[in-house]
Amino acid sequence: MKKLRIRNIDQGAIMKLNKILKNTLLIIFACFALSACATSKKTTGQMQGDVYTGTDTVEYLASGVPDRVFFATNESVLTTASRETLRKQAAYLRKNSKITVVLEGHADERGTREYNLALGERRANAAKDYLMTYGISSDRISVLSYGKERPVDSGSNPLAWSKNRRSVTVKAN
Amino acid sequence: MRILIKIIIFLVLVPSKSFSLIEVDITRGNLDPLPIAVSPLSIDENSRQNFEKILQKKNIGAEISRIIEVNLKTSGLFNPLNKDAFLQAPDIANLKPRFEDWNLIKAQALITGKVSFNEEKLRVEFRLWDVLAGKEMIALAFTTVPTNWRRVGHIITDKVYQRLTGEKGYFDTRIIYVAEEGPKTNRIKKLAIIDQDGANNKFLTLGNELVLTPRFNPTSQMVTYLSYFKNLPRVYLLDIETGMQEVVGDFPGMTFAPRFSPNGKKIIMSFAKDGNSDIYTMDLENRIVEKITNHPSIDTSPSYSPDGKFICFNSDRSGYQQIYVMKSDGSNVKRISFGKGLYGTPVWSPRGDLIAFTKLHKGKFYIGVMRTDGSGERLLTENFYQEAPSWSPNGRVLIFYRETKTDDKGKGFSAKLWSIDLTGYNERMVETPTDASDPSWSSLLSN
Repeated sequence: MKKLRIRNIDQGAIMKLNKILKNTLLIIFACFALSACATSKKTTGQMQGDVYTGTDTVEYLASGVPDRVFFATNESVLTTASRETLRKQAAYLRKNSKITVVLEGHADERGTREYNLALGERRANAAKDYLMTYGISSDRISVLSYGKERPVDSGSNPLAWSKNRRSVTVKAN
Repeated sequence: MRILIKIIIFLVLVPSKSFSLIEVDITRGNLDPLPIAVSPLSIDENSRQNFEKILQKKNIGAEISRIIEVNLKTSGLFNPLNKDAFLQAPDIANLKPRFEDWNLIKAQALITGKVSFNEEKLRVEFRLWDVLAGKEMIALAFTTVPTNWRRVGHIITDKVYQRLTGEKGYFDTRIIYVAEEGPKTNRIKKLAIIDQDGANNKFLTLGNELVLTPRFNPTSQMVTYLSYFKNLPRVYLLDIETGMQEVVGDFPGMTFAPRFSPNGKKIIMSFAKDGNSDIYTMDLENRIVEKITNHPSIDTSPSYSPDGKFICFNSDRSGYQQIYVMKSDGSNVKRISFGKGLYGTPVWSPRGDLIAFTKLHKGKFYIGVMRTDGSGERLLTENFYQEAPSWSPNGRVLIFYRETKTDDKGKGFSAKLWSIDLTGYNERMVETPTDASDPSWSSLLSN
């Protein structure tokens, strides 16, 4: 009886091992697939996830101070790169204390108009909040949402949409 | 009480139905439209000449009957027959139709009429006949200024539609919409208004500032919309008759997504501040503002039930855009959309039983309807991009806008108005002189 039990346990262990092997194989395949995706994204070199990382559309408030940050679909969370850009903007605004700005929030065309107006406002406010934590007074910043009304890229593809999901800091004076 | 009303309606309807054979069933998709003959309205030579002078139309009787014909055809419920096959002359048919002749060309219903010039006015009489029963179903006469001739055609269609389907028509109505021109990255947008059949287009703003989402007051010729005048996106009111515009309330931030309450006395809208959009109402008489939702998520696209007791709206409080219903004071918030995908732009049907919406699922956009508790979801049409349905005043037809996908170079963009029957049949483009979006259907102008 004892032996039998042991055998049973062994079989269980073997089955588990098989499962683990299968899973790791799956994971390895998944990794291949992902890296294939990653490389195809790298060839365009302009998106991470679905957040735009290129510079085609970016303008500059001053040398080395990009004017815009980009967002993932339906998101208003600032990425690491966005926070870096906004810290540069904050430093520039601290040095030039007379400049006031408008933060223009935008969405891509793949959403209903009214929701996108709200989403653009939420994105611009995410940027505003970050500038404020770096010492820029709220009365120097106003917010304007355009929703999906003012795309920079008129394409109907994921790269164009990623460029359009943005908050742009525009000098107001 | 309701049962009592039903009984009364039953009693009223039964006798009239007992001798009329024609009935158009509009509850299902109508694959077999009713054959109807629209005889040109007859006109005497003297009246014809007078109208030709005033309206530059050779035969106003024929023009009016053409409007009726087009209306009936586009409804999808009727099949107006070819006039070449008509045997009886218009003037004689209007006196006493020879039903055998109309039966021969398979007409089940017949419209006849007469136009005359009467003290500088346009006088139109018309009759609707049941060909098989050999009976008159309606006889009516109108007198109006000659320039109203198109509306006469629409009113006649409404009467015919109502008599044959048992429901009010939607032909003497207008659509307010946003006319679009220019490149996708910098569209010029103007408010415009057009008759339901695509005639009489008129631009209401000049295009100097961005305008969006105009909506009719269900009780008057007022419109509420979003304007970026002076780069301050705010809800405005526009009186179509006088052209007067005014900003609604002095909110310290963006107001958007406006709609009237069913009695036309309040505006309900979103107000966005510090990254949060909530729903507010403003009473147009005493300008009192009330906050209806209070939630850190986006709450937008509000629309009242026709009795004013409930509001449906769009919120992402669950993490993604979904449709919710609450009492009009903001209490009892309930999510009603639970299907796959995202849901937006809920609009309560004027009949009260359905909510139309836009749905985004797997990269496709759908226009659909569901019952007000979220059950019975039905998708009517699928496309690359379409949204913002608006109901015809009788709740039978939805109008919305559709945008095309651009090519790799960003070319080939267009936006057009489309309409579709509640049953999912009879999808058709509504012709506009320019590109168009954000349509809103008016109430019936007459009756």
